[in-house]
Amino acid sequence: MTGVPISWFLTLSAVLFALGVAGFVFRRNIITVFMSIELMLNAVNLSFITFSYQLKQVDGHIFTFVVMVVAAAEAAVGLAIILTIFKNRATLNIDQIDSMKN
Amino acid sequence: MDVILFLVFAIIAVVCAINVVVQTHPISSAISLIGVMGSLAVLYLLLGAEFIAAAQVIVYAGAVMVLFIFVIMLLNAGEETRHGRSIMVQLLGVPLLIGLLGLLAYFVQRLFPRSDSVHFGGFTGGTALAIGRALFTTYLLQFEVTSILILIAIVGAIVLARKELD
Repeated sequence: MTGVPISWFLTLSAVLFALGVAGFVFRRNIITVFMSIELMLNAVNLSFITFSYQLKQVDGHIFTFVVMVVAAAEAAVGLAIILTIFKNRATLNIDQIDSMKN
Repeated sequence: MDVILFLVFAIIAVVCAINVVVQTHPISSAISLIGVMGSLAVLYLLLGAEFIAAAQVIVYAGAVMVLFIFVIMLLNAGEETRHGRSIMVQLLGVPLLIGLLGLLAYFVQRLFPRSDSVHFGGFTGGTALAIGRALFTTYLLQFEVTSILILIAIVGAIVLARKELD
């Protein structure tokens, strides 16, 4: 029985991470930028699980679990920050949120 | 069978991920992101990580994305306004990105030659029993730290998003 090569999973993970980086750089809506970060975290989780399979150890699953917890906490705080920004400035465009630039 | 399963869900994941990046409306991006997370959960099952697959569906596709969609609807976020990009960026951006992805795939394939192959049932250590045992013995301190982190995040979110009391 032929299985799926490990490298295919790692390639998928790398491709998803690169797409997340592209979204992070190109998009101008702050919520979409935030979703690109979640996409990158998911890509990293996939490679953790893949290496865990290759080494036949459960440690990668623990790392993934911790990443999920951090992502949930980050989403809660980040979306609260976005709400506050929208309340104060009435915009979601990151080009207009530049008060710390100068 | 495993190869077909992998290819189907990998293609769904990549197409949904591209959709996340190219859609102009944030709600379409959010729905596509749920597609990515769901197909990744299937791939986790293929890799023998049943607990993580369940957690992925419940925590990511459930809780986190509901939070996202709730905020998008609360803020009434509309289409992203397109502003002028130079003709160079519009012409070269997509081919360069595809080139980068191809290069990335090539190097990963070079780094990991066919050392091992994944088939369903090849690793059965990802059950809730095994993960719970590791979490409450070897990684007990980290587990406690994550609970403190969640507590701080809850308090922080409430402080940031509450109405100012005068």
